[in-house]
Amino acid sequence: MTNEEVKEFVSGIHPSASFDETGEWLNINIEALEWKRLSRVLRNPPFNFDYLFCLTCIDWKTFMTVVYHMSSTIHRHTIVIKAKVDREDPKIETASDIWRTAEFHEREVYDLFGVRFVNHPDLRRLILTDDFEGYPLRKDFDDPINMIKL
Amino acid sequence: MIKKANRKPEERNQHMYSETEILKDTTTITANGTEGKLVINVGPQHPATHGVLHLVITLNGETIEKVEPHLGYIHRSIEKMCESLSYRQFIYVTSRMDYLSAHMNNHACSMTVEKALQIEVPTRAQYIRVLMSELTRIASHELWWGALAMDLGAFTPFFYAFRERETINDIMEQTCGARLTMNYMVPGGVMADIHPSFQQKVKDFIKLFKSNIDEYDELVTGNVIFQARMKGVGYLSKEDAISYGCTGPVARGSGLNCDIRKIYPYEIYNQVQFNEILETAGDCFARYSVRIREMKESIKIIEQLVDNIPEGEFQAKTKAVLKLPKGEFYTRVETARGELGVYIVSEGGTTPYRIKFRSPGFSNLSALEHMVKGSKLGDLMATMGTLDLVIPDIDR
Repeated sequence: MTNEEVKEFVSGIHPSASFDETGEWLNINIEALEWKRLSRVLRNPPFNFDYLFCLTCIDWKTFMTVVYHMSSTIHRHTIVIKAKVDREDPKIETASDIWRTAEFHEREVYDLFGVRFVNHPDLRRLILTDDFEGYPLRKDFDDPINMIKL
Repeated sequence: MIKKANRKPEERNQHMYSETEILKDTTTITANGTEGKLVINVGPQHPATHGVLHLVITLNGETIEKVEPHLGYIHRSIEKMCESLSYRQFIYVTSRMDYLSAHMNNHACSMTVEKALQIEVPTRAQYIRVLMSELTRIASHELWWGALAMDLGAFTPFFYAFRERETINDIMEQTCGARLTMNYMVPGGVMADIHPSFQQKVKDFIKLFKSNIDEYDELVTGNVIFQARMKGVGYLSKEDAISYGCTGPVARGSGLNCDIRKIYPYEIYNQVQFNEILETAGDCFARYSVRIREMKESIKIIEQLVDNIPEGEFQAKTKAVLKLPKGEFYTRVETARGELGVYIVSEGGTTPYRIKFRSPGFSNLSALEHMVKGSKLGDLMATMGTLDLVIPDIDR
C-alpha cells in the first residue's frame, strides 16, 4: 500500500480533494459533504483503514477542520483526512457506524468545538455540563472567571 | 440446614435464580419511563472507579442493560491550557494526565518537539529514558494489580504490590526529585544526569522483583475465586478492539498486535530484546495475564540496559526558546495503558496553535459498555479493573 495508490483512488471519487505530503503522512483535504462516501470506501478493502486512532478538530478562525487519523492494522499504512466544516453552522456526517470509537470522540468534539455530527446515535455533551455555554476549545472562547488561558 | 447444603448445584442455581426474580419484581422503580428497571449510579465517589468517574447503569434485575459514562469531573482543559504555554512548559502539564505514566507522557511530548526541530538525542539520554519508562510501566502495573485484587475483595495483595512499587518510587525520587509527577524528560534529553547509585538501586530492585513476582501468582493468579470472577468475563473480540480503538494490554488481551514499541520503535527499543505479550482469550483473565507477563518483559529490558548506559551528554544542546516550524507533528509512545498520541499543530510560533492528546484511557473506556452489556453487576468491577482506567487521563 502506497500513498500513490490512495491518492489515485481518492481523486477518482472526489476530484476536488487536495493532497499534502509535506508531513509524515499523506494528508487528504476534503469538504465535509464528501466525508460520508469517502469514509465508507476507506474502511473497506482494498484499503482496510479499520483503525481510527485519533479524531479531533482544529479551529482556524474562519473555518474549522475535523481531522481523522486512521491506519490499517493489515497494511500498517496511516493517512490523515481533513474535512473542512463551516464555522457558523458546523456539521458533518458521523463515522460512529464505521468505527465505533468515533462515537465517544465525536461527542468530545461536539462538546468542545460545537461540531454537530449528523446521524450520531447519542450526541450530547460528554465532559462539560449540559447547561454550559460556549465551546471552550474554539479560539474565540474566553472565560474570565475560570481562566484556562494563561 | 444440612438438607440445604446437600442440594445439587442445579437446584441451588434455581434457588438463586428465583431470588433474582423476586428482586426484579420488588424493585419496580420508574426512571426515565423504564418500568421494572433499576438505574443506579456508580461513582463519582466509588472505591472501584479509582477516581472521579461516574457511571449511570441501567439494570434489569442484576443484569446490566446500559452503561453510560459521565466524564468531566476532573477536566482541566489541558489542551486549551497548552495553547498558551511554551514548548518547554507544556510538558509539565502532561504529567498530570496519566499520573501513573508520567514519564511516558513527558516522553511523548519531548519526542514531538524533537521530531519537529530535528534534535538528535544523545544515546545516554535515550538509555535513561527507556530505563525510566520501563520502571514506570512496572510501577503502574503494580498499582493496577493491587487495586484490581482489592476491587475483587482481596485486600492483602495491595500491600505486596506497594512493597515493590515503593522501591521504584525511591529510585525515581533520587534521580528525578519526585515520586509521582516526575517532569524528568525535556526536549533534547533528560533534565539531570542519573544519581550515582541509580544503577545499583535498579539492580537491587531487579533482584527483589524477581524473588517476589512468583508470590503474585501464588496469591492471586491461581486463586479459584479470582479465576472464576475473571475467566469468560468482559469479553472483547479482536475486531471490536480495533473498532473501539483499544490499545495497550486491553487490545493485546484480545490478540491485537498493537505494541508501539514493536510496530513503530522509538528511541532504542529496536535494539533491545523483548517480546510483545499477546493473549487471545479476550476476557478479563487474558488482560490480567498480559500485564503480569509484561512486567517480566520490562524487567528483561531493564536488565539489558542498566549496565550498558553509555558515557556522554544526558541532554542535547538546544536553544532557550524553542520555535517549532509551521506544520503538524504526531508522535506516539506506548504508555502503561496503551498508545498515547501527541498531535501538535504549529503556526511557527513559540506556543502550539492546537494540541491534542490521544489518550489511551479514553478509547478503552468507550468499549466498556460493549464489554459488560448483558453480564452481572459484579462483573462490571472486574472488567473496569482490567481496563486499568486512570480518570485524569480520560478527562484531560
